[in-house]
Amino acid sequence: MSINWFKYSSPQTFFPVAGRLALVFGALALLACAAGLYLGFFVAPTDAQQGESYRIIFIHVPAAWMSMFLYFVMAFWAGLGLAFNTRLSGMMASAIAPTGALFTFIALWTGSLWGRPAWGTWWVWDARLTSELVLLFLYFGFMALQAAIDDPRRADKAGAVLALVGVVDLPIIYFSVQWWNTLHQGASVSLTKAPTMAATMLAGMLVMIFGFWFYSIAAVMLRARCIMLERERGSEWAGQHARGAA
Amino acid sequence: MIAALRCVIFRDLRLAARRSSDVLTVALFFVIVVSLFPLGIGPDPKLLRTVAPGVLWVAALLASMLALSRVFAADHADGTLEQMMLGATPLGLVVAAKVLAHWLVTGLPLVLISPVLALQFDLPRELFGVLVLSLALGTPVLSLIGAIGAALTLGLRGAGALLSLLVLPLYVPVLIVGAGAMEAAASGLGGNAQLLLLAAMLIIAAAFAPWVAAAALRISVE
Amino acid sequence: MNWGSLDNFLAMGGYGLYVWGSYAVTLVLIAAELILLGRRRRNAVGRIR
Repeated sequence: MSINWFKYSSPQTFFPVAGRLALVFGALALLACAAGLYLGFFVAPTDAQQGESYRIIFIHVPAAWMSMFLYFVMAFWAGLGLAFNTRLSGMMASAIAPTGALFTFIALWTGSLWGRPAWGTWWVWDARLTSELVLLFLYFGFMALQAAIDDPRRADKAGAVLALVGVVDLPIIYFSVQWWNTLHQGASVSLTKAPTMAATMLAGMLVMIFGFWFYSIAAVMLRARCIMLERERGSEWAGQHARGAA
Repeated sequence: MIAALRCVIFRDLRLAARRSSDVLTVALFFVIVVSLFPLGIGPDPKLLRTVAPGVLWVAALLASMLALSRVFAADHADGTLEQMMLGATPLGLVVAAKVLAHWLVTGLPLVLISPVLALQFDLPRELFGVLVLSLALGTPVLSLIGAIGAALTLGLRGAGALLSLLVLPLYVPVLIVGAGAMEAAASGLGGNAQLLLLAAMLIIAAAFAPWVAAAALRISVE
Repeated sequence: MNWGSLDNFLAMGGYGLYVWGSYAVTLVLIAAELILLGRRRRNAVGRIR
């Protein structure tokens, strides 16, 4: 059986698929988050050192994980679009960026609120938080560049180059910040070392990661549909959809 | 081909010489920014000595970013850039030549002025060598990475500010290692590790950035 | 994890502000994202018509 890899690479064929994926993963996200929060608040015990404040990790770690993961996925689609010159790949990359930036901000916000009771300050120059901050700037740069370019194809390709440079630089940034942090004897406790995870804490966190992941897929699919409608608004299928839609 | 590249470099240098205000603006910006910091944080010599590496490096970073949009803009405006893209010499090499000329005009002055400014911060004499060397290795990296940003934002409205937003996150490792070299030297550990890292960054940037910038140029100049 | 009472649950051992501040902001931002997406879709469809 020969697989037609490019069957869904046109907006027209992918549009309904994206809609179905959004529904399915949206529902899964609700379930996973409900389960994860139940585990996090009603099963996981109080932490010996941090009391109840550690319960922020059920959002902080999944958000941080998604922020990094989404950047790599964004760079992947951007690179694919650059290599194969497929419109949809570029649209996917553009669709991912705002959700990625959102999770980066959530990671920073919750990290700050977690750090306050733990170390007494609203901001800690912890290696991970600082890297997250730089990641936020990378996302903003990508979105700003695409917003500044009128021609969608040029915006896709320019954003792709930027995303690829960013993804290569991201490990370098992370390691240099980590090294800088240890050199300056900053926060001596890494946010991820505390607390020693009870199994139920870990379970709640993992389930929340899945919840955020499913949510990301749903949100990205919805945004991709918007982008497809915007860019392909002259096409026949978009017209049909608009006339049929509520 | 070497002749073509030499031609590009000398042309850029000659153009820069004719508009020497560009060179002076960058150097003056560097001087002013460095001078602003003591005004902001107080004249305590001990404090100034501690912050000197970071301040000098951040100021050099900002100053070199100031002139970045000009690497390709002038040639793009009068059509020379398209000629270069159509020419026989590989665009990556042309970009490398242009970035070299750009660094000679905007980066090298910063490297040369830095010891004088370090005096304002009462930096110990022994650290001058590390300062100059770290900037000499680091500012070309900044120019190379910045060229990618300049190529991506070519011709866009608000290109200057957008360029800063794009390029500053990518500068973070260079800043950390560059300023770190001086701090390591100050603390007695010696800045050799960081300087070697900077040299490695320079080699990698010189190897890859021109070609990424060339690809970005082709995207921007349809 | 038995909280005992709703008050205990909301207080979060004294850290209520931080914990609920985190969850509230997250919820608001995600809701905002979805609302903005809905609006973007309506605009896109409206422009086609």
